[in-house]
Amino acid sequence: MNPLQERARHMTRRRFLGASAFTLGLPALHSLLGAEALKTAPLGLPGLPHFGPKAKRVIYMMQTGGPSHVDLFDDKPELRKRRGEDIPESVLGGLRLTTMTAGQKAKPCLPAAWGGSERGKCGMWVGNLLPHTAAIADDLCFIRSMHGEQINHAPAVTHILTGHNLPGRPSIGAWLTYGLGVESENLPGFVVMTSRDQEASCGQFFYDFYWGAGFLPGKYQGVPFRGAGDPVLYLSNPDGVSREQRREMLDGLAEMNHFANERYQDPEITTRISQYEMAYQMQMSVPELTDLSNEPQSVLDLYGPDVRRKGSYAYNCLMARRLAERGVRYVQLMHAGWDQHGNLPTQLPIQCRDTDQPSAALVTDLKARGLLDDTLVIWGGEFGRTPFVQGDITNIKAHGRDHHPRAFTVWLAGGGVKRGHIHGASDEFAYNAVQDPVHVHDLQATLMHLCGIQHERFTYKFQGRNFRLTDVHGDVVKGILA
Amino acid sequence: MKRFSLVPTLLLIAFAHAGGAEVQFNRDIRPILADICLNCHGPDAKSRKAELRLDSLEGAMKEHEGVKPIVPGKPEESDAIARIFSGDKDEVMPPPKYPRQLSAREKELLKTWVAQGAKYEPHWAYIAPRKAALPVVNDAAWMENPIDRFVLARLDAEKLEHSPPAENGALLRRVTLDLTGLPPTLTELDVFEKAAAHDFEKAYSAAVDRLLASPRYGERMALDWLDAARYADTNGFQGDALRMQFPWRDWVVKAFNENMPFDQFTIEQLGGDLLPRPTEQQLIATGFNRNHMLNAEGGTIPEENRTKNVMDRVETVSTVWLGLTLQCTQCHDHKFDPLMQRDYYAMFAMFNQLSEPGGVDKRFGRKSYSDDYDKLYSVESPFITVATAEQKAQFEAAVAVGQKADTALFAREAEFRPAFEQWMHELRTDPELLEKRVTDDGLRRSVNTVPLDNLRDYKPRQLLNLFLKTQPPWEPLVAAVRDAQDAQDRAQYTMPLVMVMRDDKPRETHILLRGNYETPGEKVEPNTPAVLPPLPADVKPDRLALARWLVAPEQPLTARVTVNRLWQMFFGRGIVKTPEDFGVQSPLPSHPELLDWLAVDFREHGWNVKRLVRQMVLSRTYRQNSASTPQLTALDPGNALLAHGPRFRLDSRILRDQALALSGLLVEKMGGASVMPYQPPGVWEGMSFDKNRYFQGHGDDLHRRSLYTFWRRSVAPTTFFDVPARQVCVVKPMRTNTPLQALITLNDVTYVEAARVWAEHLAVLPDDTAKFRQAFRAATAREMQPRELTSLQASLDKARAHFAKHAADAEKLIANGEAPRSASLAPAEHAAWTTLCLLLLNLDETLTQ
Repeated sequence: MNPLQERARHMTRRRFLGASAFTLGLPALHSLLGAEALKTAPLGLPGLPHFGPKAKRVIYMMQTGGPSHVDLFDDKPELRKRRGEDIPESVLGGLRLTTMTAGQKAKPCLPAAWGGSERGKCGMWVGNLLPHTAAIADDLCFIRSMHGEQINHAPAVTHILTGHNLPGRPSIGAWLTYGLGVESENLPGFVVMTSRDQEASCGQFFYDFYWGAGFLPGKYQGVPFRGAGDPVLYLSNPDGVSREQRREMLDGLAEMNHFANERYQDPEITTRISQYEMAYQMQMSVPELTDLSNEPQSVLDLYGPDVRRKGSYAYNCLMARRLAERGVRYVQLMHAGWDQHGNLPTQLPIQCRDTDQPSAALVTDLKARGLLDDTLVIWGGEFGRTPFVQGDITNIKAHGRDHHPRAFTVWLAGGGVKRGHIHGASDEFAYNAVQDPVHVHDLQATLMHLCGIQHERFTYKFQGRNFRLTDVHGDVVKGILA
Repeated sequence: MKRFSLVPTLLLIAFAHAGGAEVQFNRDIRPILADICLNCHGPDAKSRKAELRLDSLEGAMKEHEGVKPIVPGKPEESDAIARIFSGDKDEVMPPPKYPRQLSAREKELLKTWVAQGAKYEPHWAYIAPRKAALPVVNDAAWMENPIDRFVLARLDAEKLEHSPPAENGALLRRVTLDLTGLPPTLTELDVFEKAAAHDFEKAYSAAVDRLLASPRYGERMALDWLDAARYADTNGFQGDALRMQFPWRDWVVKAFNENMPFDQFTIEQLGGDLLPRPTEQQLIATGFNRNHMLNAEGGTIPEENRTKNVMDRVETVSTVWLGLTLQCTQCHDHKFDPLMQRDYYAMFAMFNQLSEPGGVDKRFGRKSYSDDYDKLYSVESPFITVATAEQKAQFEAAVAVGQKADTALFAREAEFRPAFEQWMHELRTDPELLEKRVTDDGLRRSVNTVPLDNLRDYKPRQLLNLFLKTQPPWEPLVAAVRDAQDAQDRAQYTMPLVMVMRDDKPRETHILLRGNYETPGEKVEPNTPAVLPPLPADVKPDRLALARWLVAPEQPLTARVTVNRLWQMFFGRGIVKTPEDFGVQSPLPSHPELLDWLAVDFREHGWNVKRLVRQMVLSRTYRQNSASTPQLTALDPGNALLAHGPRFRLDSRILRDQALALSGLLVEKMGGASVMPYQPPGVWEGMSFDKNRYFQGHGDDLHRRSLYTFWRRSVAPTTFFDVPARQVCVVKPMRTNTPLQALITLNDVTYVEAARVWAEHLAVLPDDTAKFRQAFRAATAREMQPRELTSLQASLDKARAHFAKHAADAEKLIANGEAPRSASLAPAEHAAWTTLCLLLLNLDETLTQ
């Protein structure tokens, strides 16, 4: 275990004991129920992990809307050479397009518009819109040959986060906490935070099945931490109820429930008593988590000016680090705003400005604290964007790119992946993943592998079938393993 | 006898082997084959290896390359047995890299089974149920109800005893919550306890009859049916627009209350439109198959959406009525069950004859009149308008006014068109102007692509309206159109558009290769799955025929699956633990003969639901005390054997109703459009980037039953937990126990307000003890023990002392919620009692059925 995390856990435990010592409190409950009964966090399955994990926790920075791989990571001379000319039929193949461009007869090449260069020792081409990401290129592992089938947001996001395009399957975080258990005693094992671009240009919604437990027990679903109001729904005591008063009331309640346990001898009662206690602990640990007053200015600066605005992407990135430090197994950031159909030239720079610095800062910050070694960080969208223009190529003020799942780029960092590495490639039009293609299910299989899980063997039987995150597909991408 | 620490349904098996009894295929062998072997040696020809099928004796005996996999009676000559015991890693089966391996015990079982003749049996659920002879048990009282005889016979076999009956109050609370979703009132408790002391059987059966006759019964039963039917008030997916399907919900409540026989309930929902001269109610009933989500996301492909709608229908109907998971057969033949891909599309064909376009084609509604937000509804054909003649006339009049205003406006198109085109040109060239003029994101994105040849089309019309609003010469004309539209919308809101089934667009159906709408394969005709009895030869194979077939006597699944789901409502788990799956991989029933007996009895008595429910709750099994012992819990943690009465946490929707009932806040108004009770601010907004705003209701809307709470698919009501998202069919309840649930029942204003108002009602009682006695009894239906009174009194004293010192806090606490407050109680005293009432609402006994 990471020393920082050890310390954090020790501190919260000590603080909790101090806070509750003045009435019946935890010590009395311990003697009432036995210490074991108060261990509330789910333990995970016997036999898991299957082998030593490289990553103890995962932070998935989901960029919804579909970041333009062409402009950000996958510059192609051929696109520049043929600007405005149609992409050849042979490249297009019999692909599915959304109805937004299916009827558009011409498919003119639109090259990366902002330029970029090969960065770091690894020589990864990164667009000029992402200067901070470019600066840490040698810490990152880029997959330029990602591909999937889904052409619309909700099915594609669902596919990448749950392994299937229709709602109803458990999400990655639910699988991980179900299989590996929860380390933090007073925080959920799977936390979700959402944000969007400041211009609110994007029409994408978030759905709770993006972090759902599917058919796994409901306790494995992601807990959304909110940017406004209570970070966790219903976390605050009702108006007029102080922490001290709540403590007294819970002690009385625990005593009554203890009587009920003697009467019914139902283990659910003991569990309930401890869950109420954990709720009380969360009421303290969550505000402590979100209190940034002890963060040095240098760290805040790292994440950029937006970091103090609750609910911003930068704020969420910093929170992700704080959650990782406290042993939260899976943190899912959801940032919307990458869906530039008709406003690419105006909106993409804004979007990059909002997200580039905080994304890179999270990696840098984790690295500085020694946490990057056993934390896997993933940055990527549900698909990329078409290398051809949507709309009128001559009107740079109002055109963009459509959804494109046949080739796109994601990057990973930390927890068992190579640093400064480029995996795979798309064709000369950035259209199809051709060299070492990595399917969405392959990425999921690899994520599981890094967490010490053999994805084919980690199944849950539901409605007569053994389900797994990777459906019936997925191969570990050996080429990116450190 | 040696006791294994196995799950209880396996206990008998364990005994059987310990005693060297005969191996039974369904009980002992099928689970192994299904779990390990059939993946490669099962019904699915495409994934079959070595041309070997182990799901039938024929296949298993077929000689292949000179060896016979199984030779009945001769394990030593059976190649399959040799292979599973082989030490050679190239020989052994399953292969070493296969994720699931055979245990030593399983290998021995297979060997013994072959030695005993390798007898195959058809899967139990595919054979029509028969009524077995009722077991004789050595307890006169338990001989009265057939349920008890089966349950006690099983307990006897396990050398376990049943529990004594529950106390009268506890029993009345249990049955009242189970049948109506509400706790008994104090008067009901008094009346029952008095009558039961005199003649228990008579009093209890009268109480059950009273509850079955209550309108609350239909509301309670509807809750689970709505989960199965994935009913919701929005469409899901992008935008998650509103729909008005609530007349279907009200139909369900009414059907349960009127005790519509389950066969008719089935026929009307699946094929009501195909009945001769269907009534409006029968058309509404078919909304069952239109409760699925609707995808209207920009860019989606209508045919793909439509295909997914039809698939959802196939899968929902087969889960709810057949207890079969057909989902696998969307793409390939089933690996374990004898269900073929052809079966899937044969059923698909029955649901594939609608004019639905695969995206919404009717939108209505606009800015709300009271608030600044969009109340936009969208539905998909076919739908019906549910309205009185008067409402329809009013609407048509409004439409006529609107058309006139519209004609007047477009009479001047030649004047405004050039200006509008210029305005559009500016939008297309100046992004800043675009941001300023067009605030709606979807509209903004369409600016560059929208054709302007017909300005009456949906999108150009929206842009045109934006333009004309700012133009003095034409503004009055636009205002007239808008006013007419407002009147039309107001009329429309009173006339729900209910999506229904109607076979108004015949289509050919093809098998879709890998479930993909783009790759149609062989053509199929509508039919039912081949493994089950066929449709009658002389009927047209449509949805009505399907519905009738589902409730035909020879059909083995519907009655069992339905009985099992109802059983689960009252006993906490089904006789088959997986209500959604009765296939070959499902766990065996805990009481197979009981399930079959009930299924046949249900059908023989006209699918009478109330009769079946009555039979269950009148049983001694149901009436047992729910206390367990550590020994029993260790032996049978899920209480599958029913050695004690059911004890499980209440459905969170019933928890809310209970709190409202205890406080006296509950509003018993039935039906109508869904309401928006308390919800923390920003929940919908955060998920939708402010597009979907929650406008909390007031007054009665805050205290209607949970059944009527507005259900948004993208984010379910936050007051509830462990509930399905209502995105797809769910028939199995979830019961987890988490700190987040504690936060809800402790901190949600719903519960705090209930505690506060409850405290006001208690104030009329003379002293603390009287108040505690009454409140505790209302919550738990029993008298307090002295030590409980002592504990509660101590909590009260502390709360009093606290609020005496913190007057401002007291004022704040009693200000929670919108329900009016009576000023008769001093704030500190009111706050202290509010705290205690909140404590009582959170007692494990209050939260538990």
